[in-house]
Amino acid sequence: MNCNDHCFSGLDSETRAALSRRTFLQRAAGGIGLAALGGLLQRSVTGGEGLAGFPNFPPKAKRIIYLFQSGAPSQMDLFDPKPEMEKQRGKNLPDSIRKGQRLTTMTSGQKSFPVAPSMFKFAQHGKSGMWFSELMPHMAGIADEFCQVRSVFTEAINHDPAITFMQTGSQLAGRPSIGSWVAYGLGSENKDLPAYVVLTSFGSGRKDDQPLYDRLWGAGFLPAKHQGVKFRNKGDPVLYLSNPPGVDRETRRETLDELGALNKKHFDTLGDPDIQTRIAQYEMAFRMQASVPDLTDTSKESKETLEMYGPDVKTPGTYAANCLLARRLAERNVRFIQLFHMGWDHHGGLPNAIKGQCKDTDQPTAALIKDLKQRGLLEDTLIVWGGEFGRTIYSQGALTETNYGRDHHPRCFTVLLAGAGIKKGLTFGATDEFSYNITEHPIHVHDLNATILHLIGVEHEKLTFRFQGRDFRLTDIHGELVKPILA
Amino acid sequence: MPRLPLLLLGLGVLSATVHAGEIKFNRDVRPILSDNCFACHGPDAQKAKGNLRLDLRESAIKPAESGEIAIVPGKPQSSELIKRIFTDDTGELMPPPKSHKKLSAAQKETLKTWIAQGAHYEQHWGFTKPTRPDVPKLSGPLGNWVRTPIDAFIGARLQQENLSPQPQATKETLIRRATLDLTGLPPTPQEVDAFLADSSESAYEKVVDRLLASPRYGEHIAANWLDIARYADSHGFQVDSSRMMWPWRDWVINALNSNMPFDQFTVEQLAGDLLPSATRSQLVASGFNRNHRINGEGGIIDEEWRIENVIDRVETTGLTWMALTFNCCRCHDHKYDPITQREFYQFFAYFNDVAERGSIQGESNRSGGNPDPLILLPNAEQEKKQAKLKEEIKTAEALRDGAAKQLPSLQSEWEKEFSKQLEHDIVAWKRLEPTEVKSAGGATFTHQSDGSWLAGGTNPANDTYEITTKINAGQLTGILLDVLPDETLPNKSLGRGANGNFVLSGVEAEITAPTLPEPRVAEFTSAEASYQQKGWEVNLIVKDQPKPGAKEKKEKNKSGWAVDGNDPAKRQPRKAMFLCNPVEIPEGATLTIRLLHGSQFGDHNIGRFALSTTALPPSTVKLEGAKIPPTLRAALKADPAKRTPTQQNEITKFYRENTDNPLKRAEAAVAKAKKALDDFNATLPSVMVMKDLPKPREARILLRGEYDKPGDKVERALPAALPKLPDGVPNDRLGLAKWLVSPEHPLTARVWVNRAWERFFGTGIVKTTENFGSQADWPSHMDLLDWLACEFMQPTALPPVNGKPAQAWDMKAMHKLMVMSAAYRQAATVTPQSLEKDPDNRLLARGPRFRLPAEAVRDQALAISGLLVEKIGGPSVKPYMPTAVWDETSVYGNLRNYQADTGEGLYRRTMYTFWKRTAAPPTMLLFDSPSREICTVKLSRTNTPLQALALLNEVTYVEAARKLAERMISEGGATADDRIAWAFRMATSRKPAAEEISVLSKGLAARLERYKKDGEAAKKLITQGASKPDAKFDAAELAAYTMTANVLLNLDEVITRE
Repeated sequence: MNCNDHCFSGLDSETRAALSRRTFLQRAAGGIGLAALGGLLQRSVTGGEGLAGFPNFPPKAKRIIYLFQSGAPSQMDLFDPKPEMEKQRGKNLPDSIRKGQRLTTMTSGQKSFPVAPSMFKFAQHGKSGMWFSELMPHMAGIADEFCQVRSVFTEAINHDPAITFMQTGSQLAGRPSIGSWVAYGLGSENKDLPAYVVLTSFGSGRKDDQPLYDRLWGAGFLPAKHQGVKFRNKGDPVLYLSNPPGVDRETRRETLDELGALNKKHFDTLGDPDIQTRIAQYEMAFRMQASVPDLTDTSKESKETLEMYGPDVKTPGTYAANCLLARRLAERNVRFIQLFHMGWDHHGGLPNAIKGQCKDTDQPTAALIKDLKQRGLLEDTLIVWGGEFGRTIYSQGALTETNYGRDHHPRCFTVLLAGAGIKKGLTFGATDEFSYNITEHPIHVHDLNATILHLIGVEHEKLTFRFQGRDFRLTDIHGELVKPILA
Repeated sequence: MPRLPLLLLGLGVLSATVHAGEIKFNRDVRPILSDNCFACHGPDAQKAKGNLRLDLRESAIKPAESGEIAIVPGKPQSSELIKRIFTDDTGELMPPPKSHKKLSAAQKETLKTWIAQGAHYEQHWGFTKPTRPDVPKLSGPLGNWVRTPIDAFIGARLQQENLSPQPQATKETLIRRATLDLTGLPPTPQEVDAFLADSSESAYEKVVDRLLASPRYGEHIAANWLDIARYADSHGFQVDSSRMMWPWRDWVINALNSNMPFDQFTVEQLAGDLLPSATRSQLVASGFNRNHRINGEGGIIDEEWRIENVIDRVETTGLTWMALTFNCCRCHDHKYDPITQREFYQFFAYFNDVAERGSIQGESNRSGGNPDPLILLPNAEQEKKQAKLKEEIKTAEALRDGAAKQLPSLQSEWEKEFSKQLEHDIVAWKRLEPTEVKSAGGATFTHQSDGSWLAGGTNPANDTYEITTKINAGQLTGILLDVLPDETLPNKSLGRGANGNFVLSGVEAEITAPTLPEPRVAEFTSAEASYQQKGWEVNLIVKDQPKPGAKEKKEKNKSGWAVDGNDPAKRQPRKAMFLCNPVEIPEGATLTIRLLHGSQFGDHNIGRFALSTTALPPSTVKLEGAKIPPTLRAALKADPAKRTPTQQNEITKFYRENTDNPLKRAEAAVAKAKKALDDFNATLPSVMVMKDLPKPREARILLRGEYDKPGDKVERALPAALPKLPDGVPNDRLGLAKWLVSPEHPLTARVWVNRAWERFFGTGIVKTTENFGSQADWPSHMDLLDWLACEFMQPTALPPVNGKPAQAWDMKAMHKLMVMSAAYRQAATVTPQSLEKDPDNRLLARGPRFRLPAEAVRDQALAISGLLVEKIGGPSVKPYMPTAVWDETSVYGNLRNYQADTGEGLYRRTMYTFWKRTAAPPTMLLFDSPSREICTVKLSRTNTPLQALALLNEVTYVEAARKLAERMISEGGATADDRIAWAFRMATSRKPAAEEISVLSKGLAARLERYKKDGEAAKKLITQGASKPDAKFDAAELAAYTMTANVLLNLDEVITRE
């Protein structure tokens, strides 16, 4: 929005004081016009965007598209091939691998932990020879764009705390989400759209899968204006965007003029700069009523583009449709765009369910990256693809020739990165032959988040907020930059 | 100390740096040390770098590990601290550059001066009991301005800063401000008129007393307490199903309305359950610490989440009453405050004994409900019903006891009879020779040579076969059905279905006899078949069997027994047996058996069958015959006098389970009576409460705060930096609650008065409402804070409320004192001087002005329009919400498919809105409400375009605008200008200026013209919302006025209290 942070906000004391000097001068000179107010607010802000001193250095990425695969995709069925496991089929997971690590109560009572080798064929792709399973043909087709990190790990073993941890750096509710941190630190580069937009979709692999929660894009203790704006799949994409039935744009303009004139008059009497902010917000709301429909109207997209994203792109609320929207948001310089695709939690019937998930996501993900590249946007857009943890090599429930399930596994999982500042074609980190423990380059969630922030020009130790007497940050007191994956 | 540039002075008017003269440790030095140094040289003793602590003077003035002395009192030049903060050597510099902390020049100077002045330390004010300061005496105009002691403190500071207060706000503004602040709703024009007309000295006080007596007061004050108490209608976390805590919410409203003193308010909520002979109300109050979230995700480890519950209680209690961040000590000693990790877990021990599981599982997790401990809350009538049901259980139990006495003699008779039977070969199944076999649908049956019956003729869609036969006296315990293939059947198979299959969906059997007043119906308990098709298992029939006495029968049973009769390889004779609770058969009885074919497969009736019955104990009957356990045989053969106890038990158990005996019937009656009580209780409202285990759980330090890394055992104890437990109170949760409200406690009263101050003045005296520890913002008026805290605990100047003298911890009286002050009553006019010097209005040289809280924004629109339905308490309600807010991100739990209420639920006060934590009411989140997942004591106050969109377009506000428009036309006078003026006053409490009317009336005229041309648009607009306009209104006119009302409801002046 016209943000410059402060339009989206109540005023902080610094701005209020700065404003007071200007506005009183202008009032003394005969008052200021309504139209001048927005500009006035814009100019009044120190540092132009977000916090002073941010970004901390010239960033590689101007924006982030985070493709969150909610429910936890199985790393050994998609990216991390373990051909040796065929020899172990049905054998109990050795204690030397499990090392007494805790399990969820969904499988901790199992009599045995039979190794379930992946049913899917793997092959190397691109010049880099990056491995992908047959489930991901489109992403494999652009293998050289990716950096495949196989050694990410987390601390939680259940979805709610784990996804909260990925998003906020804490397993419990209350902390700001990564997108809110970015919006708070860097503000928006767009005058008509929020800095942090969220899009959600259900997966066809498992329709009754893990829910999402407001807190995943919430602002925690940051001012509420920094919370992600979740675009809705039904009705107005932004809540309450449309005028009520029977009210056209002309009528709305007319009433806003009345409202502005009355508010302005009140400001003249009272002199409280918060009134000016209010006026500016209503003007911005009016602009959003035009800019958001323009954003979501994909009717002018070319046939080639639409075909690239696959048939689902025409169904609103699908992952494919959201990928296309993500590109359009990126074009409009929305800072943090986050998709959540549900349906990856495959405790049973994994082979069938994961096929559905890959059908949903493989082609649109590849299309998004190609589309951004064609438009010259990939070089300053960071793409992140991943879930909240990995899955176990052993089968949850019975293992048969054609069927198996996998439980939650926090000790290793694969995340893909692409775009701005990322080393292309790199496979980084490694797991043991059971894909159970990390053998090379362990990367904690805090490390991943520190690296994401770095790419958008933020030193993760510097982006802090004083709350309850302490300077909080996304990475708590941890986080190491993962330098080897940076271009 | 050098003077600071003017700009900095203006912005930092409250910071320590502006105070010239003597340095005060707490005000000037502690914030610098705490913020920059304590993380490495502070209370976390284990982490103290170089063995140096700067929070303790004795450590700071001693040689550190390096041998250097950080602070040499009086000698900054010799102090290592000064050397290290002024050095250019980045390797030496403190704080180290890596910490991203940097001291300003002024801060360095302050430290230098402080050491030069002797480096005196003070204990942090937050840990020192407040002492009552003298009220400043002011003279001159400011002296006249003072109305309450509050003003003396405020005025003294204004004088010091060369600022003067604003004159009193207009009476319209004042009554609007006080009414919104105390009740969350605007005054009516009548109330404004009455106030304007009252020129007496006490006019304002009368208004305030009236507001404090209004039931709306309790609702409004409670709303903020709900944020603090993380109150919600769902469990939070992944499944996020519903819970019932509204009885606790209603307790809060009642407590506030009845002006329960804050000490009692505290004790009942933290430990109501531990009070001697706790009342139901006190038990409900203890629900405060059950409001936390409860996890129900599949696969979780209960103990991990039980620990989280306990820690949530510790954090919430610490934050709510003491504004301390206990949570910092979960993993390590506090970095800023004198609280150790051990002390955290000693505090934890007070909350560790709740008789809870830690997670919510099963039905409650999916469909909502309250996990233990809980209490039921029947009303008087429901209590009577409960008593009656309990009485019925007692009666049934008495009958059972009587039956038990008869049993030994009955058993010994049976033993003789059964032993006799065992001497012969036992034939389990006796083939029936029916006297009649009938088809309900007109099929015919032919008796076959093997005793079976073959169906022929028409094959109706869902036939029922009824078989009747005479039966000898004795008992019935089971039926065997043989189904046989036949050449005449489709596919030469067993069934009459076109493919040769059948689906048996039900079996019924009853005994009739002239001596029986009504038939005895067999209650089937299990079934078994020699073969069953996958998904069509025979036990489905038993599961679906209507219980005897049940009136309605399923129209079409989808489930049933099938045998793959369509598969040529599977055309084999099949058997199925159905066992029932033993039924006694009198002399001269008739047995009727019905075979039901009610599946969705129309023609799947059985083709050829035979029936047998058994009278043997059900546990001995198998498909192929009978099997009496050899041990039982041996036991029965043995001389009764010489049986071992095991043998005797086996016989008794067998007898009880396998015969129809009086004890068995009596036990069934007891179970039924108990179930009736359980079923009734399940319909009653309940609330989760605190209840401790009889024996406390062991509490241990958790290393790194992790549930599975227990360390040393700890006992309940309070942090050493805070006062001791008062004499004579137990060392338990009740004692802890009493400790919090003891006069020795340095924090509770300060925290409460500060929060009250924030409510009325926009910002707390301590700006960091959420933290009173070492890192707290320096209070804008330290003396005032302490005076208010002392006054709250021991009133001397608190005003009476509605004639009632103030008591200790009197919340209403303290609220009254604040709103009666001259500081509160000022106009909110901003002057360049006050804005420049005090942009955040901490010094109060002008009246406080800020946007209404989320609840009040909506409540006000409902009130002004006349839509508001005022009713206190009860279950939460469901006002309008955009489609799919609950459903776009979850298919879990019972909180999906939100259906807005249709009646008054749409228009109740916002605090009653149903709150699902993972998808909270969206407009509430837009207006800065917390998610209610954790205790939140301070809300942000933002201003965004999304708020503008909600107020312009959300159906609540559109409907409210139309309602206001209706009132404009019917109540507002004859002309457009009159109506506008009337509505303007409804919305703002003041009369509009001519210019304001003219802006609105010009717009109204333009719209009127447009809507007259576009009647369709007008009609669409005025039919928004569930209430519909009276037909007497002209659509175009009403639509035009609706948009004018929409403007009024969006005025900054309306959504702001000023």
